[in-house]
Amino acid sequence: MAEPETLASPHSVPESTQFPEGALVDSYRLMVLARITDERCLSLQRQGRIGFYAPLMGQEAAQVGASRALAPEDWVFPAYRELAVALARGVSLRAIFDQLLGNADDRIKGRQMPNHFGFRDVNFVVASSPIGTQITQAVGAAMAAQRRGDPIVTIAFFGDGATSSNDFHAGLNFAGVFRTPTIFFCQNNQWAISLPRERQTRSATLAEKASAYGFPGVVVDGNDVRAVYSAVREARARAVSGGGPTLIEAEVYRFGPHSTSDDPKRYRTEEQLAAAKQRDPLGRLKNELISLGTWSEESDKALWEKSRSIVAETFEAAEKARPLDPRSVFEDVFESLTPRLAEERGEYDALVRDGVLKP
Amino acid sequence: MTEMNLVQAINRTLRDAMRADPNVLLLGEDIGVNGGVFRATDGLIKEFGAERVIDTPLSETGIIGTAIGMALYGLKPVAEIQFLDFIYPAFDQIVSELAKFRYRSGGQYPAHVVIRSPYGGGIKGGLYHSQSTEAYFCHTPGIKVVVPSTPADARGLLWSAIDDADPVLFLEPKRIYRSLTGEVPDGTERIPFGRARVVRPGSDVSLFAYGAMMPPALDAAETLAGLGISAEVVDLRSLVPLDEAAVIESVEKTGRAVIVHEAARFCGFGAELAALLSEKALYSLKSPVVRVTGFDTPFPYALENVYLPNAERIAHAAQNAVRAS
Repeated sequence: MAEPETLASPHSVPESTQFPEGALVDSYRLMVLARITDERCLSLQRQGRIGFYAPLMGQEAAQVGASRALAPEDWVFPAYRELAVALARGVSLRAIFDQLLGNADDRIKGRQMPNHFGFRDVNFVVASSPIGTQITQAVGAAMAAQRRGDPIVTIAFFGDGATSSNDFHAGLNFAGVFRTPTIFFCQNNQWAISLPRERQTRSATLAEKASAYGFPGVVVDGNDVRAVYSAVREARARAVSGGGPTLIEAEVYRFGPHSTSDDPKRYRTEEQLAAAKQRDPLGRLKNELISLGTWSEESDKALWEKSRSIVAETFEAAEKARPLDPRSVFEDVFESLTPRLAEERGEYDALVRDGVLKP
Repeated sequence: MTEMNLVQAINRTLRDAMRADPNVLLLGEDIGVNGGVFRATDGLIKEFGAERVIDTPLSETGIIGTAIGMALYGLKPVAEIQFLDFIYPAFDQIVSELAKFRYRSGGQYPAHVVIRSPYGGGIKGGLYHSQSTEAYFCHTPGIKVVVPSTPADARGLLWSAIDDADPVLFLEPKRIYRSLTGEVPDGTERIPFGRARVVRPGSDVSLFAYGAMMPPALDAAETLAGLGISAEVVDLRSLVPLDEAAVIESVEKTGRAVIVHEAARFCGFGAELAALLSEKALYSLKSPVVRVTGFDTPFPYALENVYLPNAERIAHAAQNAVRAS
């Protein structure tokens, strides 16, 4: 079976803020892989093969552009919609599927709903469901990096809804006061579940909120992988040279539902969606690549086909993985089992032994 | 050994821990230049600088959120929440984030943060400078909760808290910050979590208490002794993990239990102790378990002495328990 890593390889960071043109095709491949994974997962959820899914479709260029601008040593504090970020950091598709399934190979041991993954080996901090909480944490990690003298940045990914959260304001305020090397990367996908962007804030842009905290905020076309890359590169360069944080608002559109539990027809029209899809970041990059002469309809068709089979094969392999050990539910509450947890595990063992619970 | 009070013991231990490990740093409101509103961090900014004794903007979620980020990165932050009453803006960060990081990451991201916070009444602090809401946190899997009642225990438990690989809520009984002094070891002796201390052995009734309720519990034991009742006083010290064996062992000896805390009674920590005794020591009990606690009201200002348990209430409850059997 083809290894998905070939589509999502870690990269070195060049000095320029210009997108490395040689990496355009690779970025496109990654965006296609993310899109196909999304489509496949929405279908798998309907089939009952995974329990839940939160798609990112429409946000691929923003995520890939931002990720490519980072160094491997940088720390990512994601929300739960950052599939393409994880892939761009070098996480394998298999590891993603293991998490969606909560099988024995799942890096987080089945502890969270799908999409709430974390991969310490690539500095991709584990996501949670509460909105905005990762923002202050990213600032704290940046303060720690400052203290250690590490020339890295931390980047918090969040959406337009999170700009109303406590931690957004606390986090930006701390970052401004301590001039931390933090990038606040807001993917404004226009919808916080059902609430449109204009009902989230009276501000003309989300980016302008940065000025109240004393640092730059920029709006960037999130469908343009080059523009996103340049904005993040510039923010990163400023951050590592002691210039402090930046808020970046990447304008995108959430093509899919908030999650598989959501029905967007209740709050937005097909016309709105169709208009947004005119600006699909994948179509845009494909056309650019074709006009550059580095891509063709044939190579595109081949990529989609190949990616589809990789996604299908990888998922089926992950489905065959062993289930989690039920006794692992008691682990990782603390570093070691407390006497009480040991007792409760014994209680569980006895229930299995007595046939009350199935092992 | 050096004679000092509880807040001095905390100050000295923070200093020694920071000298011993450059990863330890402090953050909170007014802890730097001002040395903390209770002076727990007095002088530390002079020795360690503003980069390790960080005066933060006034946001508890900012304090705990950034402390978590620091801990993930490998530092050992000790955050101060100025009063336990003001911890709620950070409740989401503590309950949803800090306590769950190790678990939700499958062990990849332990988040070792120590949160120090003065708690409890008796200082005329009214609703928002007096509460004792440890039960909220004890109810959350993934965070340890300890409460010293003596200067020596404050030092030994704080050492352990800073060493610990897991998040710790370190509650400081502000009412007795300065009211009692004791001999405190100069060295690095740790007091392990999950070990209660029998402060006064006895045979007729067990008094279980912690933090600022220890002095009235001990006074009550003295009163009871005068009445011919031998009370055993147990300082729980560590609520999570709890020294269940010590609680059970004491009741197996005395057959009677009086649980004392200043938090409100309903769903307070005493309810857990009472449940423990009914599950594991019922047949040792000669009389019903009694709770002497704050009443189920908000914490009152002018009438705080009506609310707070004292030696008289504790002794009275213990007498009733002994008479009942």
